[in-house]
Amino acid sequence: MTNMKKPSFNDTMLILVFAAAILAMPLWLDPFGGNYPDLLQKFAIYGIFAIGFNILFGLTGYLSFGHAAFLGVGSYAAVWSFKLLTMNAIPAVIFGVLFAGLLAAIIGFLSLRRTGIYFSILTLAFAQMSYNLAYSVLTPITNGETGLQLARSDPRILDKLFSDGPASAGLPSTELFGETMSGYPGFYFCAVLLIIGFYISLRIFRSPFGLMLKGIKSNQNRMKYTGLNTRPYMLTAFIISGMYAGLAGSLLAVTDPLAGAERMQWTASGEVVLMTILGGAGTLVGPMLGAGLIKYFENIFSSFDDSVLQQAFSFLPDSVLEIVVPVVGLFVGSGWHLTLGLLFMIIVIFLPGGLVEGFRRIFNYFTSGGGKAETQSVEAHNQAGE
Amino acid sequence: MSDFKKSGMSRRGLLKAGAVGGLVAATPSFFIKDAWAEEFRNNPTNSGEVKLGFNVPQSGPYADEGADELRAYMLAVKHLNGEGDGGMLNTMKPSMLTGKGVLGKKVTYATGDTQTKSDAARASAKRMIEKDGVLMVTGGSSSGVAVAVQSLCQEQGIIFMAGLTHSNDTTGKDKRRYGFRHFFNAYMSGAALAPVLNKEYGSDRRAYHLTADYTWGWTQEESIKNSTEALGWETVNTVKTPVGAGDFSQYITPVLNSGADVLILNHYGKDMINSLSQAVQFGLRDKQVNGKNFEIVVPLFSRLMAQGAGDAIKGILGTTNWNWSLQDDGSKAFVQSFGAEYGAPPSMAAHTCYVQTLLYANACEMAGTFYPPEVIKQLEGFNFDGMGNGPTLYRAEDHQCFKDVLVVRGNENPSSQFDLLKVVDITPRAQVEYDWTIFGGELGPYEVKM
Repeated sequence: MTNMKKPSFNDTMLILVFAAAILAMPLWLDPFGGNYPDLLQKFAIYGIFAIGFNILFGLTGYLSFGHAAFLGVGSYAAVWSFKLLTMNAIPAVIFGVLFAGLLAAIIGFLSLRRTGIYFSILTLAFAQMSYNLAYSVLTPITNGETGLQLARSDPRILDKLFSDGPASAGLPSTELFGETMSGYPGFYFCAVLLIIGFYISLRIFRSPFGLMLKGIKSNQNRMKYTGLNTRPYMLTAFIISGMYAGLAGSLLAVTDPLAGAERMQWTASGEVVLMTILGGAGTLVGPMLGAGLIKYFENIFSSFDDSVLQQAFSFLPDSVLEIVVPVVGLFVGSGWHLTLGLLFMIIVIFLPGGLVEGFRRIFNYFTSGGGKAETQSVEAHNQAGE
Repeated sequence: MSDFKKSGMSRRGLLKAGAVGGLVAATPSFFIKDAWAEEFRNNPTNSGEVKLGFNVPQSGPYADEGADELRAYMLAVKHLNGEGDGGMLNTMKPSMLTGKGVLGKKVTYATGDTQTKSDAARASAKRMIEKDGVLMVTGGSSSGVAVAVQSLCQEQGIIFMAGLTHSNDTTGKDKRRYGFRHFFNAYMSGAALAPVLNKEYGSDRRAYHLTADYTWGWTQEESIKNSTEALGWETVNTVKTPVGAGDFSQYITPVLNSGADVLILNHYGKDMINSLSQAVQFGLRDKQVNGKNFEIVVPLFSRLMAQGAGDAIKGILGTTNWNWSLQDDGSKAFVQSFGAEYGAPPSMAAHTCYVQTLLYANACEMAGTFYPPEVIKQLEGFNFDGMGNGPTLYRAEDHQCFKDVLVVRGNENPSSQFDLLKVVDITPRAQVEYDWTIFGGELGPYEVKM
């Protein structure tokens, strides 16, 4: 833990590089066809989700299969805030985080009595319960499968207080003090929150609290024998992680004011596990990378159809083209899950540490045999990616 | 991330790049705000082509319908660009379509997968609008999705031509100025089905509903309940089932002991295939209850579902928007070119999607511009014929099409693998019309600020 000695410089550098990379996403994603607001927003939002999940899974090793429940609760709370109070994004985000934190406290209190697979199954069960509640039992609150949407006739008490003018003709849009939260402004709002979230996560990783969590991961029994009660630490980590998910859920609603029950489905919980493992569990930036990769696949790969392929492979002679396009076509379009599955297998088999480990290996390959300064920078890199 | 450090870029340089990047990225939205009046989202004026967005379920319980919808869209694009035999371009009246694209621009398209989920559908619609620059979004095979995408399109100022969506809400309480529906709705199904049910099964029946638990199921259950109760039927119970449940046995067993003698399945797609097959397997149709034969009714029927359900559909009554066996010129032309292209007759989902694409293109021609408010005004109150359903009106007040409704029965002796539905009755348009105010809701503005 050399970083304990001089944490400031490397971490400041890391957060600055991270912030710059996030804010400049519209630039460097352009060549990959990823530069449009909806996808950028998704990158930032699911980045927050994965970073939060990683605080629980990466630090303590407790694998929660129910994080989508918090995402969904955050969305519902945010949409209700839009419906009842105001179209401003701030209260929506606050309520989303609060309600998710509350639910996390309840689920965490009950689930954390068990460890390992039992914990995973308990969280999965709770999430499935929440999903079914949202889907059919609580339809007055959630509007079931159709999803909770805004209506012109919603009360919006705070907005009515401050404006006496006649309501506009259409549905109001979510805003932050006058700036609409769809499109690029919405992305920058999410990006700023992502950077703040990343910073908090960094501080947690470096704090004594974070060390305690790592201790729980490596040997919980030993921690207990030293007289420590690990439960409060676990519960805190679980709640923080749930609040991150709630933040992500509320941001989904801020950028697109609709909340559907499918956000709480177990597949959504599984997705964040995939993201974290794909990127590298327990590393700072890994989950974020995994989230980006999965969302990129879901949105870009799934949109490739045969005509796009024809263009991409148009340099090939026609006879080859006729074979190549249908074969590649299996892996794009509606077959994007197949590609993702293959990629996931390759990464888990050859790079158990996820993408971050891959980058590290490449980095080490190029710098091996270098001078002293290089070794230092490798070390710095390892810390950064840790 | 930290690989950046090696590149020799200074911190300041990176920050600068970030700031500049942000500015550059945000620039387009500043310009759009101050643009001139007729500037609108994805204006194709400076481009040689116009792009349409086809947002259909390629996975999930309605995937079969989605696949057929996509075939129809690609056929429509071909016909609009003057390739193939022209299909309904030759039979549509009145029509300004020339087969030379739309307003002289070649028609291209982008596709997306709704996964039959509101979230995913909105994400793919957004991708098509923001990235691919589509001028119109169409598709969908679920009313939940249609309602969600329709309200998104209203916010974005993009016209939405709904595909297969049967809920009353789509053009009822959730109607939007930018959304249009050619397909019929649950109310019309009820109104068309009731007289036939009366004739076939009498006026003294006890009905049990199994209903898909979302907007379409709810409104269809309500409409069918209202129209059967008006006949004198009694509703024993209504049970909601989750979409995509797969196994319906736990919902079907209670029907046996409920004292009901008619089971009404408000299901669609693979759900309907599963629930109907299971109901038949459980021997419901061989039962005698209250001294009458037990009957099953599927209010919304499609040939694709009939194909999936196999023998189970024989003799089952339902309604449909269109069937390929119709003998008018429009239907024949469409069936012929669809068959020549894909080797199978089109489903009603394919039909409505094809027609919607042509109607949109024609409205652009009539308006002489792609500017959405003008196109909308052309579609509102538009009277047309030769599209397979007889004379049809796009009602201005709720953007719902009014046309004849088909009551069909699962064919007992099909002459081919596609000859699965037999038209029992063509309910005239006048009988299924209703007052648009009964469902509430409002369309919203023509102009959308961006």
